[in-house]
Amino acid sequence: MIWDAVIQPFADFGFMRRALLGCIAISIGASPVGVFLMLRRMSLTGDAMAHAILPGAAVGYLFAGLSLGAMTIGGMIAGMTVALLSGFVTRMTALREDASLAAFYLISLALGVLIVSTRSSNVDLMHVLFGTVLALDDAALILLCSLASLSAFTLALLFRPLVLECADPQFLRSVSGLSAVTHFSFLALVVISLVGSFQALGTLMAVGIMILPAAAARFWATGIGGLIVAAIVVAILASLSGLLLSYHYSLPSGPAIILVAGLAYVLSLVFGPVGGLIVRALPRHHFET
Amino acid sequence: MTAVLKFQNLTLGYDRHPAVHHLQAEIAEGSLTAIVGPNGAGKSTLLKGVTGTLTPLEGRITFGALGRDDIAYLPQQSDIDRSFPISVLDLVAMGLWREIGPFGRLHPQQRGRVADAISAVGLTGFEGRPIGSLSGGQMQRALFARVLLQDAQLVLLDEPFTAIDVRTTADLLGVVRRWHREGRTVLAVLHDFEAVREYFPDTMMLARELVAHGPTADVLTAENQFRARSMAEAPDTDAEICVRNAA
Repeated sequence: MIWDAVIQPFADFGFMRRALLGCIAISIGASPVGVFLMLRRMSLTGDAMAHAILPGAAVGYLFAGLSLGAMTIGGMIAGMTVALLSGFVTRMTALREDASLAAFYLISLALGVLIVSTRSSNVDLMHVLFGTVLALDDAALILLCSLASLSAFTLALLFRPLVLECADPQFLRSVSGLSAVTHFSFLALVVISLVGSFQALGTLMAVGIMILPAAAARFWATGIGGLIVAAIVVAILASLSGLLLSYHYSLPSGPAIILVAGLAYVLSLVFGPVGGLIVRALPRHHFET
Repeated sequence: MTAVLKFQNLTLGYDRHPAVHHLQAEIAEGSLTAIVGPNGAGKSTLLKGVTGTLTPLEGRITFGALGRDDIAYLPQQSDIDRSFPISVLDLVAMGLWREIGPFGRLHPQQRGRVADAISAVGLTGFEGRPIGSLSGGQMQRALFARVLLQDAQLVLLDEPFTAIDVRTTADLLGVVRRWHREGRTVLAVLHDFEAVREYFPDTMMLARELVAHGPTADVLTAENQFRARSMAEAPDTDAEICVRNAA
């Protein structure tokens, strides 16, 4: 029973194993970045950046067809450009980061849709928007795992400055010149994670695997380490269940994975021990002092 | 007595509106100086100039033998994200940044110093608590512990005792005294004249420009306070164009 439902699909089909491996790599690479996005109150920034990489991917597609390498490089360039431009505008003018980022990602998105629509059928646009996790070939898988490793490694390297930049940016600026470096490296990290996941989940869905597990983790752990571990666990479980649902019920896999992650978020919201709804509603006695 | 800090015709401000005007003063090495003055007198602005956050519109700040690493700065609290999940121990330990940098680990001897700093501000037992659970006074104690670990020659404190209760203030003033005894230079923005009279040998009174600077008893006179008030109450609209620049 459990064998049939859970193990069989992966045992029988190579594309399911590849999809699972790809999703696990994404979970490890992208969810920790999502935790920091959430802690920095930048959850929607992830969404904006996801839209911003579209024209790059489209240009890559224009030159090289449905080649993951070209689309990745294009997406990376577009994402970094938007991140740098909006960061530059924020630091140099009176415009705040949310407004400058929104301006650039909207321009970028419109450009992307324009480029995609001039050259290709709707099917290709759907591929870019919704991903092809069930059709990952060797090259895609290697690329995905490399980007996930790069992301995890960079996060480990940046960990202390990043924590400090989030908790007390003024102090970081007073003891070290790393503040700006940290901020931009973190934005680069967001772009890398998004580009890594959009092969599998599509540009629209990629941000889901970053933010939803992080938001769910908030109800299970208090420290940063705990949050990261919880987010990765939620992301992997969501990937596994999403893939199985998509296999058994012939659902598109990207949305299935993200919906399961969404379900995990709702369940955490209700049942999570750290500030979940039930815990809050229960009468609790305070400690005697 | 050598000067650790020299303000030479220093004008600091935001968006071309000066907040500190043509300040000419020297801070002696090892001195313990209170900076007083009405709101909007440029006290915090002056500290931001010293840390390098603000570049002077005119004039300059020269440091004796001090480098950037020799300055510890405790700003008014607003910039810290209290909801960030970091423990008191981690927050305080970051005072050792100069020694451990972005990657180094804490050695047992350094862990001992962190524990000493936490105990010096009376927070022993709170090491594992997230900073979000601290009261305002406890948070200020933690930040003082971090400054202790920074082991800086010049300590800048911006309104460190605002909204802090009497007992915490007294404890933390003890820490300030300790810095003074150790020969460090301390500059603190304060509003409580009682504390200034009791603990601070020197005072600098600002009201956008220098009102008086010297031994506390000579500076905190009724006449100076009256002058500071009337200077600060003068309208800000003519602040943009400075007539004396032409001269």
